[in-house]
Amino acid sequence: MIAYIVRRLIGAVVMLFVITVSVFVIFFLVPKAAGVTTDDLAARFAGKSPTPDALAEIKERFGLNDPVVVQYGKFVKALVLGDKYDTGTQIINCHAPCLGYSFRTAQPVLQQILDRAPVTFSIALGAAVLWVVGGVSVGVLSALRRGKIIDRFSMGVALAGVSLPIFFTGLVMLAYVVHKWNLLPEPDYTPLTQNPAKWAEGLLLPWIGLAFLYAALYARLTRAGMLETMNEDYIRTARAKGLPERRVITKHALRATLTPVLTIFGLDIGLLLGGAILTERTFSMKGLGQLALDGVFQSDLPVVVGVTLTAAVFIIVANLFVDILYGVVDPRVRL
Amino acid sequence: MTENCSTSERELMKSPKVLTLASVGAVALSLGLSACGGSDNGGSGSSGGGGGGSAVKFDQGSTAVVRPSDAKGGTLRFGQSDDFDSTDPGNTYYAFSLNFSRLYSRTLMTYASKPGKEGAKFVPDLAQGPGQATDNNKTWTYKLKPGIKYEDGSAVKAADVKYAIARTFDRGILGKGPAYFPQLLIDGDKYKGPYKDKNLDHFKGVTTPDDSTVVLHFKNPFPEVDQLVGFSGQTNPVPQAKDKGAQYALHPISTGPYMWQGNYQPKKGGTLVPNPNWDASTDPNRKQLPAKITVEAGIETNEVDNRLLSGSLDIDLPGSGVQAAARQKILTDPKLKANADNPLAGFHWYIPINTKNIPNVECRKAIVFAADRDAMYRAYGGEVGGQLSTSIQPPNVDGRQKGTDAYTQSTPGYHGDVNQAKAALQKCGKPSGFSTTMVYRSDRDKEKATAEALQQAEARVGIKLNLKGYPSGTYTGEQFGSPSFVKKEDIGLGTYGWAPDWPTGYGYLQPITDGKAIVPSGNSNPEEENNPDVNKMWNQVVTVSDPAQRAQIYNQIDQKVRDDAAILPNVYAKSLLYRPTTVSNVYFHAGYGMYDYANMGVATGG
Repeated sequence: MIAYIVRRLIGAVVMLFVITVSVFVIFFLVPKAAGVTTDDLAARFAGKSPTPDALAEIKERFGLNDPVVVQYGKFVKALVLGDKYDTGTQIINCHAPCLGYSFRTAQPVLQQILDRAPVTFSIALGAAVLWVVGGVSVGVLSALRRGKIIDRFSMGVALAGVSLPIFFTGLVMLAYVVHKWNLLPEPDYTPLTQNPAKWAEGLLLPWIGLAFLYAALYARLTRAGMLETMNEDYIRTARAKGLPERRVITKHALRATLTPVLTIFGLDIGLLLGGAILTERTFSMKGLGQLALDGVFQSDLPVVVGVTLTAAVFIIVANLFVDILYGVVDPRVRL
Repeated sequence: MTENCSTSERELMKSPKVLTLASVGAVALSLGLSACGGSDNGGSGSSGGGGGGSAVKFDQGSTAVVRPSDAKGGTLRFGQSDDFDSTDPGNTYYAFSLNFSRLYSRTLMTYASKPGKEGAKFVPDLAQGPGQATDNNKTWTYKLKPGIKYEDGSAVKAADVKYAIARTFDRGILGKGPAYFPQLLIDGDKYKGPYKDKNLDHFKGVTTPDDSTVVLHFKNPFPEVDQLVGFSGQTNPVPQAKDKGAQYALHPISTGPYMWQGNYQPKKGGTLVPNPNWDASTDPNRKQLPAKITVEAGIETNEVDNRLLSGSLDIDLPGSGVQAAARQKILTDPKLKANADNPLAGFHWYIPINTKNIPNVECRKAIVFAADRDAMYRAYGGEVGGQLSTSIQPPNVDGRQKGTDAYTQSTPGYHGDVNQAKAALQKCGKPSGFSTTMVYRSDRDKEKATAEALQQAEARVGIKLNLKGYPSGTYTGEQFGSPSFVKKEDIGLGTYGWAPDWPTGYGYLQPITDGKAIVPSGNSNPEEENNPDVNKMWNQVVTVSDPAQRAQIYNQIDQKVRDDAAILPNVYAKSLLYRPTTVSNVYFHAGYGMYDYANMGVATGG
């Protein structure tokens, strides 16, 4: 088991290195190939009609004149050893892992990510509880009542959930629940440690919106898995042995069904922890997704690169976690 | 890039049409409900944006103060989908940032806080009076009012104004604000700012003979210094000991009626509270009415309108007007419409025609003759969207003359003159027409529609326009604003818009028509007009002291550029602004092109 975990960890590190190279190529080389000059990059940080002198100063400060390899070297060095940034009046230490310094907000990128992460974590984890519990329960119920009204109804709702994007359901929920009926305040983030009730109240709509989207997928996945499993020989054997139906379902059928669900869950939670972009935008929540989106709109490259790398780390870690869990659940994968 | 979508969401993201239809449907539905919600919610606390306000009329705020009041108290709530470019008054160029920064900063001169054209005039702020010019407009002296203090109670000194100007010379640290001072003051090419050279005596562009006198020294005569020191926040004093360089934006030390409570949190928001050391007797341009002012950044674009209409937000900070869905709702509901204004916003949406890629003036004239102005006008939304333009300078520019149409007509229903266009093509040596590229901002429907209207009109005379759209985030910097890109892609014309830095011919026309204004990136003169006659007039006009005489020269420059067919006038933009009934002292400010934020109050007082 330990050898298996070590193998997976080495794979994760290699993957991270490949991602840093890919991110750098995408954000620094591809624009150049598309004709973006260093003057253009510098102009993103300047006001209207910048003079050549102003562009030269900005290029110098941001190291835009350096060869790309040198820029990449500095980028990796900052990640591993940290870096220092000059605000004009003081030198700011950016400790490792230094993801860069946003020249739009005058703050280290890592600080912004750490500041935003609790919002995204709260949204993702709260919604995950709702969609796993709701999706799996509905999936099991549908499978057990196959072809009945409850099955058709729940699968119809699931289809709607899969089909309707969050910016549709989210805006409609905001219009009714917040603006029309005044049932809830506008979504907002209050730290859990500060006021748990306000934390939940402010996140309820994003949770429901996101959970509705994902629960639909999980319900369909669980239903399909359950239907397949319930026809397996070992289920028939379990029944023949006289086991109670509840035990057959929960201990034998559901456990087998949850394996693919676990795979998808690992991927989904990793993706969401890296930033629930559409959900955060729709509900105006200031999480990692919104940070990334702002970075794109404001051409704040260090922020975009920082969030991308962070998201990649979350996905890799989530996958690593799932891989290890697999090893526990199914010993064959350790071979 | 991070991803947050389920399989279905991912698939939808790949289908722009589905995505657009779904979002439009949701927005329309939600806006309809929001407006209803506002009516239900009308009287409680600080809500009640929708309906109400029977005494007010549509467009009343364009020329008069709506709900004038000196009632104190309440929370004034600003919101925006994006964020300030900077909250440092010395490092911002966005009009709404400059407008909002007046709440916590004061400059030597500032815009008058008045509705209508009076708002575009400059009045003393920190200074006792307008600048005193000597040495043929090369030296300008301002005397500071006594008794002005920072939020910590320390006194404002002339040296702090000098320092504030000096720090704008470091374009690497503070590059987002205007660059007029480094360009115009003496030693601008040598002095690199106080972060690289801490000895302020080395900065010769500004001198301070005593604690209350600021003297600006220009390389060449410059007559519009009152406007220069008033339009931006760069003469807002900064105490050197408190300056934090690029991080000063997080908490600029206030001289205005409000100050930041803690730090502003970029992309999230912040709160302003009354500055106890602000003295109203020194400041006739601002009021200190709300007990608190909040700013929230990063609100979903249509949700901003939802909140405005439902009464849970008071002001859309960028001040550019409501989105298309809310616009439709407001214009068709008389109650909502009564709380809206439709002023000329200060922008002119026009079509620069590149003089390098289309060097023959007759070819450019052919483009202008063939343009279907009516179709272009309708592309911008007709009467509510704007006004057919004649001159390049928009109507809010001081001394601007309407001008005579050159090769085109601004009369309603004008579809171009095909015969004149063909005659111009003959003279140009291309009787069967030619082909060129027209660019536009792909995420702006009105610009796309304008480009398509022009494409159809030009095709009538054989001019083939190949349309190419680029994202607005990089359009003015890296595509249409990059002469090398324009040359490489053989771009002949494109959609463009400009608003004045300050409302004179210099503030409007110089950055877009002076040959000296052509820069390698972020170029605001995309037609690359570099006419020696025009350049000569620019060199001459700064030596003229009389504003009326200067205005005449600006009008001549305006006419000359249109005679060159370097700019095809299109539409003077109008915005549809919504003013919830919760806000008092609301009026459109001609200088900023939006409501004046420095004098607003909360109408309910609660």
